[in-house]
Amino acid sequence: MNIHEYQAKQIFAKYSVPIPKGKMIEKPEDARNAALEIGGNIWAVKAQIHAGGRGKGGGVKLARSLEEVEKYASEILEMTLITHQTGPAGKVVKKVYIEGGVNIKKEFYLGMVLDRAQEMPVMMASTEGGVEIEKVAAETPEKIIKVAIDPLIGFRSFHARQLAFGLNLSKPQIKEFALFASALYDAYKDNDANLVEINPLVLTADDKFIALDGKMGFDDNALFRNPEIAAMKDLDEEEPAELEAAKYDLNYVKLDGDVGCMVNGAGLAMSTMDIIKHEGGEPANFLDVGGGASAETVAKGFEIILKDPNVKAIFVNIFGGIVRCDRIANGIIEAAKVTNVKIPVIVRLDGTNALEASDILRSADIENIITAVDFADGARKAVNAAKGVTK
Amino acid sequence: MSILVNKNSKVLVQGFTGKEATFHSGQCIAYGTNIVGGVTPGKGGQIHLGKPVFNTMEEAVQKTGADVSLIFVPPAFAADAIMEAVSAGIKVVVCITEGIPVNDIMIAKKLAEKNGSVLIGPNCPGIITSEEAKIGILPGFVFKKGSIGLISKSGTLTYEMANQVVKAGLGISTAVGIGGDPIIGTTFIDLLKLFRDDPETEAVVMIGEIGGDLEIQAAEYIKENFSKPVVAFIAGQTAPKGKRMGHAGAIIAGSKGTAQEKIQALKYAGVAVAENPAVVGETIKMILKS
Repeated sequence: MNIHEYQAKQIFAKYSVPIPKGKMIEKPEDARNAALEIGGNIWAVKAQIHAGGRGKGGGVKLARSLEEVEKYASEILEMTLITHQTGPAGKVVKKVYIEGGVNIKKEFYLGMVLDRAQEMPVMMASTEGGVEIEKVAAETPEKIIKVAIDPLIGFRSFHARQLAFGLNLSKPQIKEFALFASALYDAYKDNDANLVEINPLVLTADDKFIALDGKMGFDDNALFRNPEIAAMKDLDEEEPAELEAAKYDLNYVKLDGDVGCMVNGAGLAMSTMDIIKHEGGEPANFLDVGGGASAETVAKGFEIILKDPNVKAIFVNIFGGIVRCDRIANGIIEAAKVTNVKIPVIVRLDGTNALEASDILRSADIENIITAVDFADGARKAVNAAKGVTK
Repeated sequence: MSILVNKNSKVLVQGFTGKEATFHSGQCIAYGTNIVGGVTPGKGGQIHLGKPVFNTMEEAVQKTGADVSLIFVPPAFAADAIMEAVSAGIKVVVCITEGIPVNDIMIAKKLAEKNGSVLIGPNCPGIITSEEAKIGILPGFVFKKGSIGLISKSGTLTYEMANQVVKAGLGISTAVGIGGDPIIGTTFIDLLKLFRDDPETEAVVMIGEIGGDLEIQAAEYIKENFSKPVVAFIAGQTAPKGKRMGHAGAIIAGSKGTAQEKIQALKYAGVAVAENPAVVGETIKMILKS
């Protein structure tokens, strides 16, 4: 789960990770008061969307008067912001963060992420702050200093020193940096984060470190014990169909093709997308209805797939292990009636009682339900059906 | 021979009296697995499915001499169950539970390693040695005895692949579902090492997916150290970047963990990579013939 910059900064503040004064607003008329409350004579007005690259897309402006704060806030709120991470459709800005200006001496990068290869979190720092870190990693990887942090010992002074010396900090700066990094580690660990990024991390004129930006991501599996984090979820940032599916414990990801897929199991669901592509089609979605696949989940699956107007055929690919195919076949027939599916539904059932299942489907004699003999046959038929080819 | 488990394995089920555990333990017993008891804290002294229930793993291991455990404990408590099992001296711990926080598994895995135990999973279908022992939720009938070792990150895709292998006229020695979480206990390499030394296993099918780099590590290992034939399939060639595809670990982060880079590494290591998921059975058959 991801959160907004202003929310990441709320967490930073709680852990004494220094941040500039700031306030989130949702209405342009609140901009002036927010700026007055923050004080000073220069403010940043920042669009709050989950995607990166906001500055380049025109979503971050520097205001030098209260009038400018108001002007930029009203321009950015409700604008459709397009960045390299939003996709071509962009993202409508619903929230703006107004933040006090900071006297910048130097910009750095500081981040932390779960390193799957090392199986522990890694803290990364770089002197190349304020630019895309992926670019630094690709072009000048030696400019990124990394330390892996064994969860059994936690974040120690030597970790901080290793990073600080790598950044060529002076002695008083090292002390400040160590405090900052240690507080950041706590914010990461206590909340089951899997990502935190500060870019830029700013060294101020008086040699203090302050988080000018903030980004955090969290382990979905740990949200049950982090209710404050779970409450930060912004539904505007989520695909509505994916939210709807999640309510029924279905895993759905919308894609751009026209062959809808309904599969039991994540690996088989990904493979089903792959084979559709292999047969010359384009999958419309990833949908895992779970290892079991009951009539109810199948019906819900149809409903969710059919919300996508691009879908021209549906490939149901179920491998019945513990769950019996004849029961699933009955479930599909029932679900097809309930949801009134008009487009071709290609069904491939394999595993326990697969033969009985195809008998059931055939004798039900529903015009748009087409049975497939195997995985490849099903994919081929589905791709052809989506293209309007019969047989 | 086979790897990790066989008909002599003595199995304890953790979370034994729960609904899922009850159903699947029954299936395991019917398959022939030697389940010697289970643990549900607070229900010690009862008899469940004809087997004794204990309060703690320590007591259960002492009284039964079990060497394998199968975990069906809810996500919030599952890492604790793993640590309890390895602390009690269990050598093979199979954790089915999906949804365990990664910070918990990170620590549980370290303890398993320190105690010399093998952790399989979490978020996996378990392990089966055909016609001997099934420890998990895999449908037993699919796995006919044979000479192919199977390692897979996914559940139903494991069954699909075992089915293809059997339809191709071959069979499975041992199949292991290693799980689809960002951090898992046993990885491809660990199992390849075991399959290498198993005389019953002639060839290996490995099923990977997007996310992480375990398949690339495996490719490097195979290139230098593994001479038996390997057929692979990597799921998620059409998966978009930055989206989690069902499994917690199935996500392309930035440009890392794509199916394409894994396929390339495996091909470079001399692995026969099936170009689509429907031809894995045929591919292994062809390789063994030639």
